[in-house]
Amino acid sequence: MEKNKLQNIENWLDERFDLTPIKKLITHKKVPIHNHSVWYYMGGISLFLFIVQVLSGLLLLMYYIPGEDNAYESVQFIVTKVDFGWLVRNIHSWSANMMVFFVFLHMFSVFFTKAFKKPRELTWVSGFLLLLLALGFGFSGYLLPWNELAFFATKVGTDIVGVVPFIGDAIKVVLRGGDDVTGATLSRFFGIHVAILPALFSVFLVIHLIFVQKQGMSEPEHFEKLDESKKKYIPFFPNFVLQDALLWIIVLIILLSLTLFFPWELGLKADALASAPIGIKPEWYFMFMFETLKLLPANILFIEGEVFGILAFGLAGVIWLFIPFINFSKKKELNNKIIRWIGIFAILYIVIFTIKGYLI
Amino acid sequence: MNINTKFICNIFAIVLVFTAITFANDNLQSAQNSKKYTDECIKCHSENDMMPEHFSENDIHLQNGLSCAGCHGGLSTSADEEIAMSKKNGFVGVPTKKEIPNFCGKCHSDISKMQVFQARISTDQVSQYYISKHGMQLKIGNKDVATCIDCHTSHSILPASDTRSTVYAANIPNTCNNCHGNSDLMNKYNLKSNQVEEYSKGVHGIALLEKHDNSAPACNDCHGNHGAAPPGVKSISHICGSCHVNNMNFFNNSNMAEPFAGLEIKACEQCHGNHLIAKPSDEMLNVKTSTTCTECHDKGEDGYIASEMFYEKLTQLSELYDSTKAMSEKIAIIGMNNIEIEYELKNVKQALIQSRTLVHTFDTSKVVGRTNEGVLASLNALKLADHEIEEHDNRRIGYGISTLILILLAGALYLKIKGLNT
Repeated sequence: MEKNKLQNIENWLDERFDLTPIKKLITHKKVPIHNHSVWYYMGGISLFLFIVQVLSGLLLLMYYIPGEDNAYESVQFIVTKVDFGWLVRNIHSWSANMMVFFVFLHMFSVFFTKAFKKPRELTWVSGFLLLLLALGFGFSGYLLPWNELAFFATKVGTDIVGVVPFIGDAIKVVLRGGDDVTGATLSRFFGIHVAILPALFSVFLVIHLIFVQKQGMSEPEHFEKLDESKKKYIPFFPNFVLQDALLWIIVLIILLSLTLFFPWELGLKADALASAPIGIKPEWYFMFMFETLKLLPANILFIEGEVFGILAFGLAGVIWLFIPFINFSKKKELNNKIIRWIGIFAILYIVIFTIKGYLI
Repeated sequence: MNINTKFICNIFAIVLVFTAITFANDNLQSAQNSKKYTDECIKCHSENDMMPEHFSENDIHLQNGLSCAGCHGGLSTSADEEIAMSKKNGFVGVPTKKEIPNFCGKCHSDISKMQVFQARISTDQVSQYYISKHGMQLKIGNKDVATCIDCHTSHSILPASDTRSTVYAANIPNTCNNCHGNSDLMNKYNLKSNQVEEYSKGVHGIALLEKHDNSAPACNDCHGNHGAAPPGVKSISHICGSCHVNNMNFFNNSNMAEPFAGLEIKACEQCHGNHLIAKPSDEMLNVKTSTTCTECHDKGEDGYIASEMFYEKLTQLSELYDSTKAMSEKIAIIGMNNIEIEYELKNVKQALIQSRTLVHTFDTSKVVGRTNEGVLASLNALKLADHEIEEHDNRRIGYGISTLILILLAGALYLKIKGLNT
């Protein structure tokens, strides 16, 4: 009976929109099975966490009031008075951090399995832009509760942006809505966080997903070389989708546990006249850059140390973005080796400097 | 050139450079000195090593352009001793001890001279001094007493705001103790010589000397400075009341004020002491362990009963405050909301402070009324805390149930996937 009803709906839609391509995708898409298949799930988890972000963000939007006089109080109201408000706010904060973490994991897994190579260059580019947008979400969202730590971290963060030669100062003023971090900055960050970034993110996410579906799962080189008879696959639907769902449930349990046992503190309300509290730290995913800038000497090669650092990170970002188009060597093996070492260096650099930021 | 020769050459070069720098510094110093001391008095006295003891270039008078001749007279522009230090040129020399107050008062009692430095400067120091014990004794020729220079020094006078000054708040006890801590000197006048020792152990001394709280009173805040005198019976509550305003008003309007005055009992000092003032505690009202009230009130008397009641109510509120505070901390530790509990806790604290102050009314109804308000606020806070703990437990139960459902769902999915893959 139920099956008939569903069939009727399907037929009704098929008649009008021709569902053949979707049906084809569902029935024909397959996922290779090999030693590194586990990395295929990272993108899915990132997507799941993004959905959690959107849903929890929408709920927060019902009560959050931007503005110097209301932002802190409204978040306080959400976590103390609104039913399940504490849960939604903590889920939003934890899920944001987990999303950035899994996006990083997804990116490095793609990098090391060289899944960015032809024909997936643009999938990589759109993915990297999504990572930058996710970092933008993190930076803009951090200020919204308008607490002391966020206020001063934003001050430091936008100061760093201001160091960029020629355009830095103008960007800083645009971001802050003036010379200093004020209520105007909060309004801008709110707009950026709930309107501009979601719009951009959605566009790139759709593009990214279309590319992935269109081109199918990337097969690593060692798998490609195997005989067709030795290659193992599982159907995308329902096998892979169900495995994805299983992982999403596990991630959800982890998310709920973090939410309950490690709630996010709201801290003290931001006070522009108060002196900066001890131990202002950026979000963990900016820590490696923050630590680097702290360690650089005042001047490097006649350039201010900070400017040098920012330019170096900028250059590294551009190289990373265009890595599918760069050939380091004509020899394929050497090229692969160089790419692998670049990846290892990037991971070690990020991990070591992040740990240093928290422990030393 | 071998390495050793090179090393020796380097050392020689370093020594040479240092010597050159040192010489240059010496020359610079003497050039600066000769430039600074255009005053012939200082020039001559320093050349002949006859500068006054403890002379300091930071002296406030010197810093403001008042040199030797400004106080001692004479002609500071003349290098000839006969001319510079002649009576004709107004030289007065070193004043005798008895002359010192008026010697300083030449300027300090003259508003037209003093207002140049500060528009609202006081010029009554000398007249105040002569009504002080020190001044009165000096008038009759007693040379033991302190004059201006004993407290302010003579040639290294610094403003009271300067931490190096002998009259800087935190240095005052030490300055007074130079004489008042001298037992030989004090014995002559039947005075104790341990005031500063006692003061430094008291609540005010600890605040000023250990906690560096300059708002805490030093000797001069209670005894006066230029008009220094021991406070009389009547003036004690006014002196303490200049800071402890409510305590003074409550006491003066209480039914205890009149008998205290009649019996010439020193108001605040009777219960709290003078130099060694301990931090007041509720235990002072405990008739079983403290004699604060029982010294005058026997068992069964109104005062005795009031003391018992004050003690009971204050300790009850104090204990409730402590337990509520502990509960609020516990709520914060378990990650729950204690904002409203903290708000109520402030009300409890306020009630406790005010109740303790109201003890000075000696009116049981006022103290009991205010402590009861505190008790109510405390109970309200504890009720809020209970609610938070219940909410905390509910969250865990909810988490447990939802996690269980999710695990069951995951298990079912796992079995389904396993079935599909085989």
